Amino acid sequence: MSYLPYALAGWLFVVGLYGVVTSRNLIHLVMCLSVAQSGTYVLLLAIGYVKGGTAPIVNGVALGTRMVDPVVQALTLTDVVVSVTTLALLLAIAVEVHKRTGTLDPDELREMRG
Amino acid sequence: MSRRARTALFLAGGAGLVALLAWGFAGLPAFGDYHGVYGHLLNQRSLGQTHAMNTVVAVTFDYRGFDTLGEEFILFASVLGVALLLREARSRPPEEVDVREPFDPVRATGTIATPLFFLLGLFVIAHGNLTPGGGFQGGVVTAVAIVLIGLAADRSVFHRLAPKPFADLLEGIGVGAYAAIGVGGVAAGAAFLQSFDERGKIGLLTSGGTIPLLNWATGIEVTAAVVLIASEFFEELEER
Repeated sequence: MSYLPYALAGWLFVVGLYGVVTSRNLIHLVMCLSVAQSGTYVLLLAIGYVKGGTAPIVNGVALGTRMVDPVVQALTLTDVVVSVTTLALLLAIAVEVHKRTGTLDPDELREMRG
Repeated sequence: MSRRARTALFLAGGAGLVALLAWGFAGLPAFGDYHGVYGHLLNQRSLGQTHAMNTVVAVTFDYRGFDTLGEEFILFASVLGVALLLREARSRPPEEVDVREPFDPVRATGTIATPLFFLLGLFVIAHGNLTPGGGFQGGVVTAVAIVLIGLAADRSVFHRLAPKPFADLLEGIGVGAYAAIGVGGVAAGAAFLQSFDERGKIGLLTSGGTIPLLNWATGIEVTAAVVLIASEFFEELEER
């Protein structure tokens, strides 16, 4: 039970990768990549969790309250921002691909065109 | 490589990856059994050192402020990339399109939601040092309020309210302000991005030294960045 969050993080990462490998549509592929990235958020947050701890915000809590690790939460924030930026760029590339080749199936994009 | 061969290759490699992950996770302390040093140290010291009640924001904009500068540039570069990819390929400038009248309840809900979301976004940015939130989160909410106009009401209204040159300018100002506040630390004789402002009374919007300033710089940058990305994709739609 105590390792379940790690298992969830691993599952999200692997199932996302599976989606990327087997995808037949570039938009779907980008979404699968974002699922894989979600696994890293779960892992980061799970590592910093302190049993019985509250959010690391000292607003209306008694002094000496047990709190979870703020560093991994800040890292998760960075992670989310990076994920959003990759998502935006990849979707823009997908739009371009569709405009130039008329398809979104990665398997039909074998040939390089000038 | 055929699809089947590729899937088989992935399953073989994936099995190895799963084994490695399981091995690694088994070596981690059990969930909730935290052994880190920095987390406890920051939770004890951060309020006294930074005067910011939200320790996550203190980490983001003070202890790891330099890292966040990199993050700002990542966002800036990605918006630049989206704009370069989509703007260059656009053969002709988007003409005034007669956007269909959206379904009325949608328009009504959007009209009510827009000011509420906008206010909520500003609130989240402003209270970043006190309550959960901050420039990144609040910036996204503020941007969503503006994008909502384009989705629920009218895209021409969206383009008029958030013209791209203006959003471009705001994005640059946001990221530039962040770097400038960092240089301000050097000018005051401290290190780059070290807080040079009075820490202020704990619990006030202005408490935390330069944290609220960096928060607002980030909020402006994120708002402009998300609006710009949405703007580029909207114009794609209009070209059809």
